[in-house]
Amino acid sequence: MSTTTVTQLQLVSIGKRYSGTKALDNVSVEVAGGTVHALVGANGAGKSTLGKIIGGVTRPDDGQMFVDDRQVRYTSPREARTDGIATISQELSPMPHMSVIENIFFGIEPRRAGLVQFRQMRRQYEDLISEWGFSLNPHAKVGALRTADVQKVEILRAVATEARVIVMDEPTSSLTSVETSTLHRMIHALRERGTTIIYVSHFLDEVLDLADTVTVLRSGRLVRTAPAAEETEESLVAGMFGAAAAAEHFEKPQHSAARVVLDVSGLSRKGVLNDISLQIRAGEIVGLAGLIGSGRTELARAISGADPIDSGTIVVDGAARRVRSPADAMAAGMAFLPESRKDDGLFLELSLAANTTFADLCSVASRLGVVRRATERAKTKELLDLTSVQPPNPSAKVVSLSGGNQQKVLFARWLLRNPRVLILDEPTRGVDVAARAAIHRLINKLAAEGSAVLLISSEIEEVLGLAHRVLVMRRGSITREFSADPPLDAVMEAAFGLGGRTIA
Amino acid sequence: MTAPTDPAASDSLASAPEPGSQATGETDARVSVGGVAIPGLRLRVTPQHVRDYGIIVFAAALFIYFTIASPSFLTSNNLLNIVYQNATIGVAACAVTFTIIAGNFDLSLGSIFALSEVLGAWAAVNWGVWWCFPVTIGAGAIMGLINGLLVTKLRVNAFLATLASGLSFGGIAVGVTHGGLLITPASSVFTFVGQHKALGIWDAAIIFIVLAVVLQLVLAYTVFGRHLYGVGDNRNAARLSGLKVDRTVITTFVITGAACGLAGLIDSSMTGSGTSSQEGLAGQLALLAIAGVALGGSSIFGGVGSVWRTVLGVLMLGMITNGFDLLAVSDYWQDIVRGILIILAVALSFVVDRRNA
Repeated sequence: MSTTTVTQLQLVSIGKRYSGTKALDNVSVEVAGGTVHALVGANGAGKSTLGKIIGGVTRPDDGQMFVDDRQVRYTSPREARTDGIATISQELSPMPHMSVIENIFFGIEPRRAGLVQFRQMRRQYEDLISEWGFSLNPHAKVGALRTADVQKVEILRAVATEARVIVMDEPTSSLTSVETSTLHRMIHALRERGTTIIYVSHFLDEVLDLADTVTVLRSGRLVRTAPAAEETEESLVAGMFGAAAAAEHFEKPQHSAARVVLDVSGLSRKGVLNDISLQIRAGEIVGLAGLIGSGRTELARAISGADPIDSGTIVVDGAARRVRSPADAMAAGMAFLPESRKDDGLFLELSLAANTTFADLCSVASRLGVVRRATERAKTKELLDLTSVQPPNPSAKVVSLSGGNQQKVLFARWLLRNPRVLILDEPTRGVDVAARAAIHRLINKLAAEGSAVLLISSEIEEVLGLAHRVLVMRRGSITREFSADPPLDAVMEAAFGLGGRTIA
Repeated sequence: MTAPTDPAASDSLASAPEPGSQATGETDARVSVGGVAIPGLRLRVTPQHVRDYGIIVFAAALFIYFTIASPSFLTSNNLLNIVYQNATIGVAACAVTFTIIAGNFDLSLGSIFALSEVLGAWAAVNWGVWWCFPVTIGAGAIMGLINGLLVTKLRVNAFLATLASGLSFGGIAVGVTHGGLLITPASSVFTFVGQHKALGIWDAAIIFIVLAVVLQLVLAYTVFGRHLYGVGDNRNAARLSGLKVDRTVITTFVITGAACGLAGLIDSSMTGSGTSSQEGLAGQLALLAIAGVALGGSSIFGGVGSVWRTVLGVLMLGMITNGFDLLAVSDYWQDIVRGILIILAVALSFVVDRRNA
C-alpha cells in the first residue's frame, strides 16, 4: 500500500460566508505534500471551515483549490475521497449501527459478482490491524465505541481507502492524554509513508509538537503560514488575537457593595461540570471565557434548568431555588438566551408578536386564557422599539428578519418578564456589526438597571469590552478569575491552559 | 445575507401588504420569490399565496364544476347532506388538527372511535340510555390520555405509539362485541344526536360545525392555541420559554380522543348500534381525517395550520364523493382523484417552501 507520490494542495483566495458573516476571506495556503500542516486560530477564526473546504464537506463561495496542480471543485466529502482526501471529525461520525469492519470497508468492500467477499474483507482487516498495531473488535457496533476508538476506525478507514490527504478536525478534543499520544504516533507513521495531514486544533502544544508548518487564522483572514520550528505558543497566541481589540469598551462600575443576585455553588454534572461556584451582583456583568467544549454552554444550560444537574445549589435574591426545568428558572427570575437561536430560541414560522410574548403569554391574556390581541400588539411594539428591531412589525414572521434582528427579538421576549438574572450564551453570534453594537448597548443598559448578567462569548473582545469580571473555564471547571479589564493575552493563555495543561 | 438576485423579489417587497413589513437593507431577502402581477388590481400573487390560499380557489372551482355538471348538486338539501355525511370525519379531523399542529400524529382515531362507540352502546344497554354520553366521550378521552402518555413519558414515536395503541383499542372493541353489533335501545334520547334535525339541519352537522368553530377560536385566540403552534414550530424553544411541553402535547391527544368518542356517539346514534367492525368508517377514519388536514394545507410536520383549513379539506373530500355520486362516476375513480388531490396539495407546499429556502 506504500506509494512514493505525495499529494500537495494549493488554496487560492478562498472565501466563505455564513448568513452575512465572513467565515473565510481571501485565504491562500499552500500545503506541501507529505507534511503535517496545522491550522490554528481562536473560536470562529475559520480554521475548521478551511479544513472542511479541503475535505469537500463545505463548498467555498470564492477562490480555487488545486490538488497536485489540478483544479478541483468538490461538492461532497465523497468527491474529495475519490481524490484521496479523507476527513476525520467528530461531526462526520460513521454509521453507528454498523460494525467496525463494515464501517472501515463501507463502499470499498471486496466483492465478486455484487456479493461481498467477507473472508477477503476479514483478511484485509487483519492486515490493517497488524500494520497499525492496535486491536479493535471488528464486530463491535461503532455506536457503542468510545470516541478514541471511533477515531481509530476513521483512521483505519482513511488508510484502507488509501487516502493521500487526511484532514483531522480537532481530533484530540475528547481524548485522554494516553490516547492523544497514540494518535500522535499514528500521525508520525502516516507522514513517514508520505500521507499529507491537515491538523486543525486549538491545542497549541500539540500543534508545535506535531506540525511541520502552521497556518494562523484570525477572524477568517490569513495571518501567516510559517514553519512550526519558528513558532512558540506565545507567538501563536499573539498571531491569533492580534493587536488590541476593536470592540466597544464600556464603563465598568465596580459592584463590591451591591447585593448578590445569583449565587451558584457546587454545581456539578458528571463528565461535564465540576464543582462550579460563582456569584453575580446586581448590576454586574460577569463574562465567561473559554474554548469550545470547555463547559461554558453546559454551565449556562445547567443554571437555567435546560439540562439536569447532579448536585449544587442555586440561590436567587437570597432564596434557594430548586431549578429542575426552564420553567423553574424563569419563576426564579432568570432568563436564558440560548446559543443557537434557530434551534432553541425562535419560532421561525410565527410572528414577531407571538415570539415576543411566548414566554409570558398570561401577561397579555385575559383570566380565561384569551390573548388580548391589541394589548399584545402594543406591548410587542414597545419592546421591539426598545430593542431596536428593524422592521418593528409585530405581524411579520420572524423568519423574514436578519440574524441580528432575530436575536433582538429574543431579547424582547425576555425583557417582557423583567428578569433579575440574564444568562446570555453567544448573544452576538452570526450578527452584523450594527446589530452587535446595539446588542452590546442593550446588555450594558440592562445591567445598569440592576440585572445580574452572565455573558458567554467565543469572542474574547466582546467579553473584555462588556464584562466587569471575567471567569475562565477549561475542561468543565472555572480555572481563573480576573477583575475588570484583564489583559487579553492573560485571558487567552488561561483559556488555552498555558503553563501546565490539565490532563483529562 | 445575500442581495435579492431575482428582480421580481424586490418588486414584490414594494407591494408587501403592510408598510411596516418592508424589508430593510439588512433583512434577508426571503419575503417572497417570484410572483405574478394581476393587471388592474393592486395585487401580486406569490407562491406563498398559492400555497396559503390555493385550496380555497380549488374548492371553489370544484364547487362550480359540480354545480354546472349536476343540477341536483346546488340544492340546500344536498349541501347540508354533505356536511351531515362528513360530520363524524369532520369532528375527528378538527380535533386531530391540534395534535398535528403541535407536531405529533394520531393514527388511532378509528379505533378510539370504534371502542368508544361500542362502550357507549354497551353502557346504554346495561346501565341506561343516558350513560352513552359520558361513556363515549370519557372513554375516548382516556384512550387519548394513554396515547399522550406513551408519546411524552415513554418517548415512543407518535406514529408508532398510536398505530400500536390503535391496534389494541380495536381488538378490545371486537372482544366486547364478539365481533358483532350491539343494538342500542330505540330511545329518542339516543337517536337524538344522529337522527334528529333542528331548524331543518341535522344535529350531527350542527355539532360538527359548532365544534369546528370552537376549536378554531381556541387555536387562534387563546394562550393554549398559541402554545400548540409554539410546540409544533420549535419544541426546544417552547421548553426553554418555560412551557410544560409534555402537558400541552398530552392535552392535544386527550382532546382528539374525546372528539373521536363524540364521533363514535354520532355514528352509533345514526345507525342505532355500536359496531366494532373495521370494515366501515372505523377502518378509514384516521386516514380520511389526516387527509382532510393535509388537503386543507396544514403542515403535517406541525407549527402551521388551522381548523378552518381542515373543515375545508374534509368538505372537499366529501364534495368529491357527493358530486361524483351524482354524476354516477364509479368509486375507484373517486379514490384516484382524491389521492391525486392530496398529493398535489402536499407537494405544492413542499415546492413553495423549497423555492424559498
